[in-house]
Amino acid sequence: MIFLYSFLFCGLVCLIGQIILDNTNFTPGHVTGLFVVIGAFLDSFGLYDKFIKWFGAGTLVPITSFGHSLIHGALNAAEDKGLLGLLAGMFSLTSVGIVAAIVFGFILTMLFKAKD
Amino acid sequence: MNKERYKQLTDKIVPKENKVKNAITAFLVGGLVGLLGQIIVFVLENNFDVAHKDATSIMIVILIFIASLCTALGFFDNLVSKAKAGLIVPITGFAHAMTSSMIDYKKEGLITGIGSNAFKLTGSVILYGVVSAYIFGTIRYVFFGG
Repeated sequence: MIFLYSFLFCGLVCLIGQIILDNTNFTPGHVTGLFVVIGAFLDSFGLYDKFIKWFGAGTLVPITSFGHSLIHGALNAAEDKGLLGLLAGMFSLTSVGIVAAIVFGFILTMLFKAKD
Repeated sequence: MNKERYKQLTDKIVPKENKVKNAITAFLVGGLVGLLGQIIVFVLENNFDVAHKDATSIMIVILIFIASLCTALGFFDNLVSKAKAGLIVPITGFAHAMTSSMIDYKKEGLITGIGSNAFKLTGSVILYGVVSAYIFGTIRYVFFGG
């Protein structure tokens, strides 16, 4: 069942994104930026954690989970270090994704040429 | 030619995008990417004895690698123009934006090309993600105690 829920959740988020893209003059940059803010907002009530529990790893794939991991890491660190922890822990969970994107992107850019 | 006449003419010539078809494609493709993520996590947990937290991280890395490689090979742009939000909203869109902005400016050099343009498209995601997470996090920490 968790596979179906993953499919439905990720599909639904993409569907909302596509509806926004088609009916407003937002660019993909606007949509992804908006979704990250929504993800961070949903996790400030702990709601996104419940989504992850209910719907499985499909919730970690859309860009909304990026906002969720940012605030989650920040709040985890804030438990130990107080307000300084908010700054220290911000990237603790998302660094996997950001570093992977930077490193793979750079290495592959060195290896391949742009196609015209 | 005045503006209205121009708009009438272009409206006739530019093909209308089918919004329903776009939405269904985005739903199916996006759903398949999410399903793929769940399958990777399931296989890692059950066949390779990886802890759940590590399995989700490895899943993100695998998806990012696939998207970066497809972008570098040059056929991800075609897929994005067909599947649209189905590939832009998942983490694959983040990797695609990063790799394509690096590869597009490669010929301008290592520093002024790749270095200064790497975050051209993904910068907004990181900036607004961090700012909003900081504000929401502060509110939650100060008023609700973390």
